Amino acid sequence: MRGCVWSSRALSPGLLLRLLRDARCCGHRLDRQGPWGSVRLLATAQDTQPVPLPSQARVVICGGGIVGTSVAYHLAKLGWTEIVLLEQGRLGAGTTRLCAGIISVAKPISIESQMADYSNALYERLEEETGVKTAFVRTGSLCLAQNQDRFLSLKRLASRLRVLGIACNVIKPKEVVKLHPLVNIHDLVGALHLPGDAMASPPDINHALAVAAARHGVQIHERTSVNHVLMEKGHVTGVETDRGPIECEYFVNCAGQWAYELGQSSEVKVSVPLHGCEHFYLLTKPHHQPLHPNTPVVMDMDGRIYVRAWQGGILSGGFEKNPKPIFTEGRNQLEIQNMQEDWDHFEPMLNALLRRMPSLDSCEIHQLVNCPESFTPDMRCLMGETPGVHGYFVLAGMNSSGLSFAGGAGKYLAEWMTYGYPTANVWPLDIKRFGNLQSSRTFLRHRVMEVMPLLYELKVPRWDFQTGRQLRTSPLYDRLDTQGARWMEKHGFERAKYFVPAGKDLLALDQSKTFYKPDWFDIVGAEVKCCKEAVCVIDMSSFTKFELTSTGDQALELLQRLCANDLDVPVGHIVHTGMLNERGGYENDCSVVRLSKNSFFIISPTDQQVHCWSWIKRYMPSDPQLHLEDVSWKYTALNLIGPRAMDVLSELSYVSMTPEHFPTLFCKEMSVGYANGIRVMSMTHTGEPGFMLYIPIEYALHVYNEVMSVGQKYGIRNAGYYALRSLRIEKFFAFWGQDLDSFTTPLECGREFRVKFDKGTDFLGRQALMQQRQEGITRRFVMLVLEDHDAELDLWPWWGEPIYRNGQLVGVTTSSAYSYTLERHVCLGFVSPATAGQNPTVITPDFINRGDYEVDIAGQRYPAKAKLYPFSSLFAQQRRRKDDMELSNFQGK
Amino acid sequence: MAAASQLFQVIRGMELARIWPRARFLCQTCCQFSHPCDANSGPKQHTWRGYRTSQAWHTYYLTPPQVNSILKANEYSFKVPEFDGKNLSSVMGFDSNQLPANAPIEDRRSAATCLQTRGMLFGVFDGHAGCACAQALSERLFYYTAVAMLQHETLAELESAVEAGRPVQPVLQWHKHPNDYFSREASRLYFSSLRTYWQELLDLSTPGEGPDTAEALLSAFKRLDSDISLEAQVGDPNSFLHYWVLRVAFSGATACMAHVDGAELHVANTGDCRAVLGIQEPDGSFSALTLSNDHNAQNEEEVRRVRAEHPPSEARTVVKQERLLGLLMPFRAFGDVKFKWSIDLQRRVLESGPDQLHNNEHAKFVPPNFHTPPYLTAEPEVRRHRLRPQDRFLVLASDGLWETLHRQEVVRIVGEHLTGVHQQQPVSVGGYRVTLGQMQGLLQERKARISSTFEDQNAATHLIRHAVGSNEFGAVDHERLSKMLSLPEELARMYRDDITVIIVQFNPHVIGAQ
Repeated sequence: MRGCVWSSRALSPGLLLRLLRDARCCGHRLDRQGPWGSVRLLATAQDTQPVPLPSQARVVICGGGIVGTSVAYHLAKLGWTEIVLLEQGRLGAGTTRLCAGIISVAKPISIESQMADYSNALYERLEEETGVKTAFVRTGSLCLAQNQDRFLSLKRLASRLRVLGIACNVIKPKEVVKLHPLVNIHDLVGALHLPGDAMASPPDINHALAVAAARHGVQIHERTSVNHVLMEKGHVTGVETDRGPIECEYFVNCAGQWAYELGQSSEVKVSVPLHGCEHFYLLTKPHHQPLHPNTPVVMDMDGRIYVRAWQGGILSGGFEKNPKPIFTEGRNQLEIQNMQEDWDHFEPMLNALLRRMPSLDSCEIHQLVNCPESFTPDMRCLMGETPGVHGYFVLAGMNSSGLSFAGGAGKYLAEWMTYGYPTANVWPLDIKRFGNLQSSRTFLRHRVMEVMPLLYELKVPRWDFQTGRQLRTSPLYDRLDTQGARWMEKHGFERAKYFVPAGKDLLALDQSKTFYKPDWFDIVGAEVKCCKEAVCVIDMSSFTKFELTSTGDQALELLQRLCANDLDVPVGHIVHTGMLNERGGYENDCSVVRLSKNSFFIISPTDQQVHCWSWIKRYMPSDPQLHLEDVSWKYTALNLIGPRAMDVLSELSYVSMTPEHFPTLFCKEMSVGYANGIRVMSMTHTGEPGFMLYIPIEYALHVYNEVMSVGQKYGIRNAGYYALRSLRIEKFFAFWGQDLDSFTTPLECGREFRVKFDKGTDFLGRQALMQQRQEGITRRFVMLVLEDHDAELDLWPWWGEPIYRNGQLVGVTTSSAYSYTLERHVCLGFVSPATAGQNPTVITPDFINRGDYEVDIAGQRYPAKAKLYPFSSLFAQQRRRKDDMELSNFQGK
Repeated sequence: MAAASQLFQVIRGMELARIWPRARFLCQTCCQFSHPCDANSGPKQHTWRGYRTSQAWHTYYLTPPQVNSILKANEYSFKVPEFDGKNLSSVMGFDSNQLPANAPIEDRRSAATCLQTRGMLFGVFDGHAGCACAQALSERLFYYTAVAMLQHETLAELESAVEAGRPVQPVLQWHKHPNDYFSREASRLYFSSLRTYWQELLDLSTPGEGPDTAEALLSAFKRLDSDISLEAQVGDPNSFLHYWVLRVAFSGATACMAHVDGAELHVANTGDCRAVLGIQEPDGSFSALTLSNDHNAQNEEEVRRVRAEHPPSEARTVVKQERLLGLLMPFRAFGDVKFKWSIDLQRRVLESGPDQLHNNEHAKFVPPNFHTPPYLTAEPEVRRHRLRPQDRFLVLASDGLWETLHRQEVVRIVGEHLTGVHQQQPVSVGGYRVTLGQMQGLLQERKARISSTFEDQNAATHLIRHAVGSNEFGAVDHERLSKMLSLPEELARMYRDDITVIIVQFNPHVIGAQ
């Protein structure tokens, strides 16, 4: 019956019988290897002659786990042909075989929840679509909270999920008992019930996806390893396998645990920063009152465990505090062979399990499974085209949510390969957020040891990674550190958050993990005040800095094509501009300085280092006269913010720095102290008066010391990024990566003045913007000032909070900060009218201005005033300038 | 084999789980015996209900760091240095430690490497009636032994160097804890006695011949005891020194000493300290082999010997209440001239002695039924053992340890510590029926064992921690440990004796190659 639909050329009829027999008999056979029985043989077995490999294909996918088959499935669905999937062992013989089989939407960021939600729906219909039994059961899941902070984070998750239209209920402990018979609720304060969550058998899902993909013509070859990927002039041209070469245009690295090594083995090394950790879970024999298969999955994050029903007993694993990293040396074994069980290591999780479900005490052990999982440096998966090589895509590093993500991630990657970009903003998952600098094995080993426990740890606003730190630092790092700097990390670079004054209780400050008012509140307040009234220095060296030079006007031509603003400005001018994609969305938001007629200095956000480079390179003609250089490491950037900044600088350079002599958005090379050739720019990225100094690093300490000693009499002090953030948000400055993404156009965030439609060059995205200008925008970036919100007592907003207008959900916040000037919280976010029918409604100023807005923080709604422009009163004490709206953006989180 | 031990593990776990609730209760009662009020009735016969807890008791609670600082105050470790990455010595190193019960402690320990011959020396000395004799042994016995083992030529060289006033080649390299002191005042006296000894040895030996180790040990023990006795009889013009030599002679000490040279191990024992060898069985577990006989009333051989040395009329009095003459626990000891000299000699020496001694009741007291001295000897029993690769370590300890822990338990604790508990056999369910609860019990027990091990770098410290703090189940109970260590000085001796431990770790690769 099922045989008739098989169209795969790679499968011989004889094997098909074997396949079907396997499929029928091994649904839930008990097996010593794990919960899911043995792996099914799909194409080749030792005793049969392998099907010869094709000599060419359009796309080669490496990895026959759930991720690889999902990519194959979705590509085939999107109409791709000549897809070849290669698996070194057997399908699903890696992590997929041992995966615990939970599909949950309880993920830290919305794009991940979205992927899980899609996967869930896909797996549910897969059995019907393919006829393969997948053991899919919609059990729902319960996230338990043992303390108020956890409960708050679950409530925040709930409001985020409601925005996505995913059902969820915040429930009382008593209701937990009704849903799950074994849970001990005595130490619970509440729970989140996600009725849509499900369980399935991962190898069966994997198999079903493979079957469906094969029907759509995907050729699947098992026992075929990719030795390396062939490239020519930065393009994939083929792969070299142990069974011969295959020519191809696209290559997808879905090799899971082995993705890092596979990336390293190609001619041009591809960085896939992930690292394996052992992951343990327990299988028991049936409970004396066998657990119903519909029993919800329990996630007790405070106990670091998850529990699901398994054959009348339970399956329970966890994310321990002291994970065991493996394969650091890169042992390239074929399959994950019997890893050692380690009961002593599992002891804390067993304790947590018996505490949560005491009646399991008498339940007999079936097996302790050790299943290696791969983790990434920031707990998010790696997706997309690699920066160096066109046609080389990656999807790996699932952080032990492989089953939840595979469906959605496969879909997004297939869209990416088909349309050039997925239908949703996947920047948080984009592999280009990492570069070579995250590829050190030692770094990865240390970082994943932090990441794995973090999966279940309480994540409060503004948490930072503690491992793999102090990799990139400014030359002033030690100076600032001794002055009390507290650090955060961005793209490997240490940046000061704020400066703890001498005598403050440091211990208390380091423990400032709260959803409420943080204890640095007054410290940052003082720094902001100093920025407003005197002058502050912020070390902003982490910014990405490129220099683009040419002999003729090639540099200008390139930038005119890439940037929406007009760059044909007099030498010395600074232009804030977006680099847009064809849809008119921001790929980058940067400041470009025209250093000379044919050389430009491009300043971009820190985490744009890889992405922006590859974006420019993509459109850069291969012209030996045109040269792009990454000079990030060559310059230390000091931001002098405040009304007295010009006094400090003029004293150090004997040049008048008043706006008459040094108008805003200008750049001059001048001397500061003894150091010559400092690029001084009249902008501060905050809307406050002041200057950015770009200093060749060997002068950094000298200039800093001079500035600090001369600044003494003007009340100079150090400030950190939190002060900067507060300043820029109260001025309604959006920044790329948080507020702006590749789906946001300048028109939607009120930056039409930075788009020069008539500059004479058909810049990227012009068409889309013209059309949008014609049709009107359907979403708008707004500033929401919270009212009736007590900063002392109420929960603080972070980002991702739903925005309601007249009780109707209209959007989500993207960033927020406390404005010390307004003495209110300010949230930035996008709103769009609820769609009536098919066509999205065009947004009008009336829509913004007339309406009662509310921001939902962990289920509690606070009234807010929506604004399209920052408060003019804020600028009252400032001198009016030619371009008052110096809007820039990208100081990172 | 592996399956069997896995089963053992699991069964242990089951037992533990079963007795767990009871264990708590027992722990509480067992801590109560150290109540100061019933101290006189002895530790085992407590009558708890009749007394209220005294206020003072509760103030003695120690935190884990305090416990550690007490336990670790005297710990010492020595690793034999490696040459070219290879350790050529059969001894890898040793750990030693002492825990006082008397104030001041009456136990002593010594460890040294012989420089003129090969091998290392280790000794524990358990003093009684003061620490003077044990202190003298710790300083002198190794020199006597080392000299006794010297070749004729080396002795001649030594003598001629001293004669000519040339610098003398060092004989011993000591491995001492800072608290292990040498008495400076007596060193000249000790040296001259030692020189007399080697001069005699020089006369007796013939060129080209090395003495037998066992004989050398025997000779050194007897010679030192007779020197102690002689020095006390002769006295010294310096009154302090005179007083000192008398104190040494009138106090006593037992000694257990080991000499390791390659695969040759000699143990010489006088008294009730003990040397136990830890042997690793093929399945990884440890068994004990005792290399010394205790010289006390529990040793029938010894009782027979003592009785045979005295007329039958004294048969009932020479060993009374399991003590020599009803007084002394060990049947062999250094010093203790009260059991060796005639009454006449004792009186004479005491009368000519310095004034301090006149008020010393202990010195004046004459044992009852004292008819045919000497009753006591320092002559050791010497046992030779050829080390095998499975012989992993040697535990030398004073009776304070052996009274509290069975030798099998001692060897297990040390063995598991030295092999590292991370190499503890991994738990495996195998095909057995184990419940989650049983597994949890087993894992918690293992964890407790690991954490107590990680606290101690030093195996001797680890052993003492167990000796003092073990509850009925062989697990260290912090509360008990804390109470035992916080006993007031005057009470401590009621509950425990001084404990001194030296653990010598052997190098199976070197031993196997020999």
